[in-house]
Amino acid sequence: MDIPYTIETRPDTGLTNPKLGIWLFLASEVMLFGSLFSAYVLLRSGAESWPVQSTILNIPLATLNTIILISSSVTMVLSWAALKMNDFPGFRKYMGLTFLLALGFLVVKGFEYNSKFEHGLFPSTNNFIGIYFVLTGLHGLHVIGGMIVNGYLWGPGARMWKTEPEKFTNRVEVAGLYWHFVDLVWIFLFPILYLL
Amino acid sequence: MEHVSTVGHKAPHAHAHAHAEPGFLWKYVFSVDHKVIGIQYTVTSLLFLFFGFSLMMVMRWQLAYPGQPIPLIGQWLGVANAPGGIMLPEFYNQLGAMHGTIMVFLGVVPLAVGGFGNYVMPLQIGAPDMAFPRLNMASYWLYFAGGVVMLASFLAPGGAANSGWTSYTPLSDIATTGQTMWLGGMLCLILSSLLGSVNFITTIVQLRAPGLTWFRLPFFVWAQFITAFLLLLAFPALQAAAFLQAADRLLGTSFFLPSGLVVSGQPLHVAGGGNPLLWQHLFWFLAHPEVYVLILPAMGIVAEILANNTRKPLWGYKLMVGSAVFLGFMSFLVWAHHMFLTGMGTSISAFFQTTTMIISIPSVVILSALFLSLYGGSIRYNTPMLFALAFLPMFGIGGLTGLPLGLASADIPLHDTYYVIGHFHYVVAPGTIFALLGGIYYWYPKATGRMMNETLGKIHFIGSFICINLVFMPMFVQGLAGVNRRLYDGGMQYAHAKDVLYLNEWMSFGAWGLGFFQLFFIVNFFLSLKAGRRAEANPWNATTLDFAATSSPPIAHGNFATVPHVYRDPYEYSVPGASVDFIPQNAERA
Repeated sequence: MDIPYTIETRPDTGLTNPKLGIWLFLASEVMLFGSLFSAYVLLRSGAESWPVQSTILNIPLATLNTIILISSSVTMVLSWAALKMNDFPGFRKYMGLTFLLALGFLVVKGFEYNSKFEHGLFPSTNNFIGIYFVLTGLHGLHVIGGMIVNGYLWGPGARMWKTEPEKFTNRVEVAGLYWHFVDLVWIFLFPILYLL
Repeated sequence: MEHVSTVGHKAPHAHAHAHAEPGFLWKYVFSVDHKVIGIQYTVTSLLFLFFGFSLMMVMRWQLAYPGQPIPLIGQWLGVANAPGGIMLPEFYNQLGAMHGTIMVFLGVVPLAVGGFGNYVMPLQIGAPDMAFPRLNMASYWLYFAGGVVMLASFLAPGGAANSGWTSYTPLSDIATTGQTMWLGGMLCLILSSLLGSVNFITTIVQLRAPGLTWFRLPFFVWAQFITAFLLLLAFPALQAAAFLQAADRLLGTSFFLPSGLVVSGQPLHVAGGGNPLLWQHLFWFLAHPEVYVLILPAMGIVAEILANNTRKPLWGYKLMVGSAVFLGFMSFLVWAHHMFLTGMGTSISAFFQTTTMIISIPSVVILSALFLSLYGGSIRYNTPMLFALAFLPMFGIGGLTGLPLGLASADIPLHDTYYVIGHFHYVVAPGTIFALLGGIYYWYPKATGRMMNETLGKIHFIGSFICINLVFMPMFVQGLAGVNRRLYDGGMQYAHAKDVLYLNEWMSFGAWGLGFFQLFFIVNFFLSLKAGRRAEANPWNATTLDFAATSSPPIAHGNFATVPHVYRDPYEYSVPGASVDFIPQNAERA
């Protein structure tokens, strides 16, 4: 059973199914993180005392992570652009870089988490540390999810390039939209948790 | 799609697609075909509906005869739940919490959206399948997993979740293990609904048949479209809340635990500083749109059945569509009318009671349009039509009794009484569930190729109609007398409840009678599979594509022998000058 408009766009809507699907998924994700951000606002505004966030969290490390994640968004676009220009080795290179940058992000995050534990700061310590772990933890899960998808597209999934190049390019584009969203969430998390 | 159209009508379906015929397991269990998945959803959710209803039949014994051993099944409930067959308060609380959870999240929504939406919607828009068939399968199996976790939670130490279906904090934060499983089950159900709603919206936007413009969509498709948006955007709030509650329970955070909380005389050793109201806000941000998730597909089904059996177009189709869209939008702005008693402040209450009064307008418009559609019709009183007709006044009662609850001052005495239970059950039980039952009678011939028995269907309808009113009408009386909704003994120890206590026995007999009359439905459902009269492709002389362009049952994998073209509005019944009283949507204009 072939489903129409998986690869070609539907003329009157100008969309392919996967592209509409991923945008709807991202809309739902906005509501998920939006709910958690609202929870953060409500908890903080209702708290009798709230720690000075920047004294607890490590701003230089988070800045490094911000740079890493933005760079990975750039390489993600470059990997898609390479496919568009029929440059498969270029795709391999940039997609591999994206994956490694994501891994780097998680490693830095791991160091951050570890230093919190070493200082006796656990989710149960206070609500700021708690919401910090929930928000960054959920974001970290999204990073891991993106790495699984990108790793698949880099490795076994890349076979599709030989048989259905257009479909494969679309897949990379859709994965890219998701990856930019994960990046964007971090762009919100960084100032809210570290700087404000 | 070309290879399908060249095969033509009479070719065996095995040749209608390029792949080899899949084996039994892949065809019927792990199927990616929307019709099989729709039937899986329907059967599973009907089982859950019956199970959830059974919990209530057990509870009704305790309410009618407090402290007396439960007959027949009492000895099977276990010493921890009902020693000597007498139900313990803790067990009563588990049954109450799980009744609500199962009926809403595992019964009605999966049936209305997963069952009917999956089966009927792609047929009505002339699509070959859903846009993402494999996501569709994943959606069903996540739902199934969620159901298994919920059922398994009865076996957890301390039993299932017992903090009400709303799982209010801080009570649920310190509840037994069953509550953690409730959160895990909900997570599966939320992911399932996320995949489903992405799929539904994409399918409706992208896979409409040529010529099927937005205002030619049957109202049922519109209802599913708006419902999918509500599920997509409202459920994440509960997901977020579930993450936070799981953190409270498992990681020791205090998001919902205020400072200085004392439990059973012991101060709770947590950091504190949390906000119990945060849970209520997040929960109702989902759960109020959820009310419209429950009601919109039912309105869609009723609209289809009414137009078909009055043999005339719906009155005010575009007005209904506009109202439904407005309803969906407004449903995100009314959630805190569930929280008038929380002390959140009068100005917030004023805002939410205003939006609540506004949202009643589109509901009334839709209901009025459905009533007006009856005017001048030559009505066929078959079983689906009887259920659809009963929906109108029943939903009307449910909706109108909700108005006092939407006004903060009237809500204060009525809050948490049986009046509230009566109100929302009129919306969901004789409202939505009647519409869903009507839908099963209506689309059964499409799914199975056979008609359900009319006599059994009418007995089922009349019995259910009488019993269900016997259950819920007295609740208004008890509620106005001030009987609280969560009392384990039905209000026996309260002086103000004395005058209305006798109603408990009536209501219980109503509930058991309702259970008895469902047996006619169950027998009919299975008997008709083999013994039902064979149905032609369009047994109801309908105009929409699901009946007009497909056979009964539709081709196993794939829906249409040729891609249907749409030339007409959805309900061209009794067109002046036409030779028959219905013109299918895919009939070319002369």
